Amino acid sequence: MKARGRVFKYQDNVDTDVIIPARYLNTSDPGELAKHCMEDIDKDFVKNVRPGDLIVAGKNFGCGSSREHAPLAIKASGVSCVIASTFARIFFRNSINIGLPIIECDEAVKGIEAGDEVEVDFDAGIIKNITKGTTFSTQPFPVFMQRIIRAEGLINYIKG
Amino acid sequence: MGMTMTQKILAAHAGLDKVVPGQLIEADLDLVLGNDITTPVAINEFNKTGLDRVFDKSKVAIVPDHFTPNKDIKAAEQCKKVREFACRMEIENYFEVGEMGIEHCLIPEKGLAVPGDLIIGADSHTCTYGALGAFATGVGSTDMAAGMATGKCWFKVPSAIKFVLKGKPQGWVSGKDIILHIIGMIGVDGALYKSMEFMGDGLKNLTMDDRFTMANMAIEAGAKNGIFMVDERTIEYVKEHSTRPYKVYEPDEDAVYDQVYEIDISKIRPTVAFPHLPDNTRTIDEVGDIPIDQVVIGSCTNGRIEDLRVAAKILRGRKVKKGVRVLVFPGTQEIYLQALREGLVEDIVRAGAVFSTPTCGPCLGGHMGILAKGERAVSTTNRNFVGRMGHTESEVYLASPAVAAASAITGRITDPDKL
Repeated sequence: MKARGRVFKYQDNVDTDVIIPARYLNTSDPGELAKHCMEDIDKDFVKNVRPGDLIVAGKNFGCGSSREHAPLAIKASGVSCVIASTFARIFFRNSINIGLPIIECDEAVKGIEAGDEVEVDFDAGIIKNITKGTTFSTQPFPVFMQRIIRAEGLINYIKG
Repeated sequence: MGMTMTQKILAAHAGLDKVVPGQLIEADLDLVLGNDITTPVAINEFNKTGLDRVFDKSKVAIVPDHFTPNKDIKAAEQCKKVREFACRMEIENYFEVGEMGIEHCLIPEKGLAVPGDLIIGADSHTCTYGALGAFATGVGSTDMAAGMATGKCWFKVPSAIKFVLKGKPQGWVSGKDIILHIIGMIGVDGALYKSMEFMGDGLKNLTMDDRFTMANMAIEAGAKNGIFMVDERTIEYVKEHSTRPYKVYEPDEDAVYDQVYEIDISKIRPTVAFPHLPDNTRTIDEVGDIPIDQVVIGSCTNGRIEDLRVAAKILRGRKVKKGVRVLVFPGTQEIYLQALREGLVEDIVRAGAVFSTPTCGPCLGGHMGILAKGERAVSTTNRNFVGRMGHTESEVYLASPAVAAASAITGRITDPDKL
């Protein structure tokens, strides 16, 4: 399984309140949520994001609230993968559970800038910065996580 | 190698004699919790399973508290969906407006969390119940759905940080100041994926309300859970609120901790977290001149009776500064009634504050106290992220009820001792 696209880059401690502000939590429809994804940290994100693009950020990405609406909004906006130095734990669980691929790789975060073209091979654990011609290796997902992501989430995986 | 309190609870619920950090386990759940924001997403997922019942209708709790009383039509639709689900599944612990409260004040009050329990909740502040010596952690909606379906959840066993507290808080210092001090010290990811375990002689000087406030904010240091050693005060609280059997877990003498902090809580000063992260802390002596527009006293962090007593004590016989809005939110209907009986509501209202029904509303910028561009609030809540309480150019300063109430009088962030 692979992802490829351009990078939106953010700093440390991106919280779930800026990923999807609470004022939009009166719906659970992913498409509606995606219309406001990252709105409070990057007003242009929704306008500029294209299917396949990646988010790359510093440490503790997704801290704060347990709202699953945050990874749902990111996934529905077309983002194919989030790479961060570290993730907040509830966000990490939620992303896997809804089938949004996420990777912890501090070296890649340091070696990737906004706008770079990046390709991720999840099964091999390889991140390629096509723009800069650099490669980073990371832990491949364990098989059960690959299956959850392919099934587009935990519940489908359990059912399957 | 011995086990921490958290590891012992996880092992017991996974049917194992021993667990080690990093181990993946599947554990039995004593309670699965959700609110009106997270439960609708969980219902969508639960319905995909095709099941027509939850694993145990006495072990699921649903509390519509975030956007209730319904703030708009969409919120009303979400609450309706939750209500119908709770009715169809015969959920015993569904709490409608009128009997509800802010979930993390309500669940302990109703006796639904006791020492040794393993609890997941689709709300990040579920870690509050660690104050009772339970393992409680926040999860997302899909985990809630799987928990309702199976009564189980998988966990990676966490390592832990030990906080040995000694001394007695001085003056107006409360659990809120202690936990803000700790978060300021270790950072918003200082306990990422880990347990924060609180023990030491100083515990005897912390009330249950202090401990609920501290465990509540473990998530603000990135922790998986915060947990307190059980003592006589915990047992007294549990016996008063619950008839459920409980089990006390203590760490092994040779339990391994990643770090150990010894903290003299008698030295901690009233502490304020500046925008826009809870670890951006200063003592009240370092705050400087910060004029404010709004004060919020309440929430799952500081909406308990002692919090209201402190606020009322400071507001009693004084007047809120002209131009400042002061909003007070009790945690539950029981706390509301207690505040009425003690005359606290009258003190608060006479001072010029409003006294609301329980709701999470303003804490997360939902309703009942949204900030405009450029406005500043002192709040006893738990997060001060960008846009948390309203406009992205508004600011939230986190503080104790004492500092918040004192600030309401002067219109700037104020040391209660200087009133």
